[in-house]
Amino acid sequence: MPGSPIEPAAGRRRSGAKRGWTFALVAPLLLFLAIGFLAPVLLMMARGVTDHELATAWPLTAEALREWDGRGLPDDGLARILGTEMRASRQAATLNLVANRLNYDRVGSRSLVYATAAAIEEGAPAESVADLARIDPRWGEPAQWATMRHAAGPLTSFYLLASVDRRLNADGRIERVEPEQAVFVEILLRTFKISAVVALLCALLGYPVAYLLASLPARWANPLLILVLLPFWTSALVRTTAWVVLLQTEGVLNNLLLDVGLIEAPLALVYNRIGVYIAMTHVLLPFLVLPLYGVMKSIPAAEMRAASSLGATPAAAFLKVYFPQTVPGLAAGMIIVFTLALGYYITPALVGGGGDQMLSGSIAFYTNQTLNWGMAAALSLLLLLPLALMLFAGRYLVRTVPA
Amino acid sequence: MSPVSPWRSPGQRAARALLVGACTLVFAFLVLPTLAVIPLSLNPSAFLVFPEDGLSLRWYRELMHSPAWTRAFRNSISVAVATTLLATPLGTLAAIGLARMKSRAKPFIAGLFAAPMVVPVVVVAIAFYFLFAPLGLVNGFAGLVLAHTVLATPFVVIVVHAALQGFDFEMVRAAASLGAPPTTVLIRILVPLIGPGIAAGAVFAFMTSFDETVVALFIAGPDQRTIPLQMFEGVREQISPTITAAATLLVIASSLLLGTAELLRRRSERMNRPPVS
Repeated sequence: MPGSPIEPAAGRRRSGAKRGWTFALVAPLLLFLAIGFLAPVLLMMARGVTDHELATAWPLTAEALREWDGRGLPDDGLARILGTEMRASRQAATLNLVANRLNYDRVGSRSLVYATAAAIEEGAPAESVADLARIDPRWGEPAQWATMRHAAGPLTSFYLLASVDRRLNADGRIERVEPEQAVFVEILLRTFKISAVVALLCALLGYPVAYLLASLPARWANPLLILVLLPFWTSALVRTTAWVVLLQTEGVLNNLLLDVGLIEAPLALVYNRIGVYIAMTHVLLPFLVLPLYGVMKSIPAAEMRAASSLGATPAAAFLKVYFPQTVPGLAAGMIIVFTLALGYYITPALVGGGGDQMLSGSIAFYTNQTLNWGMAAALSLLLLLPLALMLFAGRYLVRTVPA
Repeated sequence: MSPVSPWRSPGQRAARALLVGACTLVFAFLVLPTLAVIPLSLNPSAFLVFPEDGLSLRWYRELMHSPAWTRAFRNSISVAVATTLLATPLGTLAAIGLARMKSRAKPFIAGLFAAPMVVPVVVVAIAFYFLFAPLGLVNGFAGLVLAHTVLATPFVVIVVHAALQGFDFEMVRAAASLGAPPTTVLIRILVPLIGPGIAAGAVFAFMTSFDETVVALFIAGPDQRTIPLQMFEGVREQISPTITAAATLLVIASSLLLGTAELLRRRSERMNRPPVS
C-alpha cells in the first residue's frame, strides 16, 4: 500500500483489530472458492491418481491383491475370494464398473470378467487359479493378474502413464502402449504446436500494432485502442462463429476471392488447421497487444532520440535500445497467449477438423462420451502442469522488469 | 515518441508508412470479421452471403418466434442475474479486505482469487461435473449459477480493487472515530464512494455468465440451455442466418454493457482521484 511507511507505529498498534476486519471481509469469498473451486479441482485431480472401481466392486479381492507381491500367479486363496466376489457383484450389478476399468488396461478384460462371472454363477468351480484358468485360459496368464493388481488401488499410476502413452507391464516396468492405442502424445504435441504457432502469429501481428499505439499521441491512440478492445470484449464463441461463417466453402471470403478472380475453386479454410490458426490468433491477439502496449508506453521517447543523436541509425537504435526493453512485455504477452491457447476448447471444436482437436477436446471426450473419468482427470493434470511452469516463468519475468 | 520529427529521412518515412499500412491490415483483421455478421444477419435470403437485394429483419423475427431461442434467452438472463447477485457482494467485500490487508498471506489469497481466471475452463468444467454428478446438481439451475459465480468473482475483485486504488481510507477512519459501526461505514461511506466501480464489477460478472459456454456445455441440462449453448450447437450442426442474428445481438449487447462498465470505471477513477497537493 502506498503511504503505509509513514505510519508504522500507529499501524502496528491497530494491526490486531485491522487484521480482524480485513480477514472478515475476505473470508466469505475465501470460503466460497475453497469449497466451490479449490475442493472440486483437487478432487478432480485426485481421480487421476486413484483407483476405486475394483475396490468398490470387489473390496476383499482388492485387499488381497494389494498384499500379493505381484510375481507370477497369485495363490489359490486370492482366486477363491475373487470367485466369491465376482458372483456377488454380478448379482449386485457392480460388475460393469470393474469390467470397464480392467478393459482400459487390457483390452478383452471386460468380456473376460462377464464370461467368468456368468460361468461361476452357473456352477463352475472357482476355488483356485487353475479352476479360473479352466473357465478362461487368460486367468492363467501373469499379465492378467498384473492388470488386476494395477487396478487394486488406492493409488495408481495407470492414468498418468496412459496419458503419455505408457503403462506398467507384468514385471512392473514402464513400457509403451501398443501403437494403435498411443494417441495422447500426438495430441499433446499438437496442442503445444498449435499454441506455440498462435503465440508466434500473435507476436508478429501484435508487435507493430502495440508499437504504433505507443508512438501515437493519446487522441489517436485511444480510439485505436478501442479497436483492440472491441474483440477483447466480444465473446470468443461469437467471434469463432463469425469465422466459420466467413471461411466456409460457400462463405463470404471464398465468394469474394472467386468474384475477384484470385482463385478458381473455393479454398478449404475451415474445419482444418488453417482455420484453427486464423480463429485462435484472432481471439487471442488482444491478450498480446495490451501488455506489450503497457510496456512500450513506459519507454521514454528521449532514449531513441539520444541514440540517434549519438550516431545510431534508426534500425540500430530500434534493435539495440528499444527492442530489448520491450522483450519482457513481448514475452509476457506470448506466455499469456500460449497458456490460454493450451486450454482452448470451443474454437478448435468449431473450426478445427478431426486432426486439429486439442487436449481439451480429449478431456471432454473422456468425460462425456466414454465416462472414463480417471483418464479425463489425468489429462487435466497434464494441462495444468505447463500452466504451473508458465506461472512460475511469469513471476520470474515480472521480477526482472525494472520497477 | 513524437509522430512527426523534422529531421526524419525518406527511409524513416517509408518505414513509418509500412508500419501504418501493416497495422491497418491487423486492425481490419481484428474488427471486420466480428462486424461482418451484421450485414449477413440482415440478408433476406437463406444463404450466408452479403445482401444484394435489400435488407430484411426476417432472421430477427425468426429468432424472436423460436421457442428454443427465447427459452435460451430467458435461461441466460436468469443464470446471469443470479450469478451477478452472488458474485458482486462476494467480490466487493473481498476486494475491500484485500486492499487493506497487510498480512503475509495476502499474495496467496490474491492468487486464489485470481485462480478461476487462470485455470483452463475445461478443467474447471469437469471439476464441477465430477463434483455435481454424484450430488445430482448436474442439469440443475443451482449448479450452473454456482459454477458461473466461481468464474465471475475474479473480475469483480479486480475491478473493485482497481476502483479502491484512489480511495481515501481516512474517510473510513473518520467515520469510525465519529462512532459509526463498521456496517454503517461500509453502507454509507465506502459503497457510495466506490459505487461506480462496484457497478462495473457487476457488469463484468453478468457478461462472464452471459457469454460462458464451456462449463454450461458440461453441467447445464436441457432446461438450462443458454444462448451460448444454443449457438454452439447451431454452429456445430448447421449454421443458419438465425445464428448471425443472434451473434449480432450479442455483439451489440456486449459492446453496450462493457462500454457502460468502462464509463463507470472512469467515473469511479474521477470520484476518488487523490487531491493534488
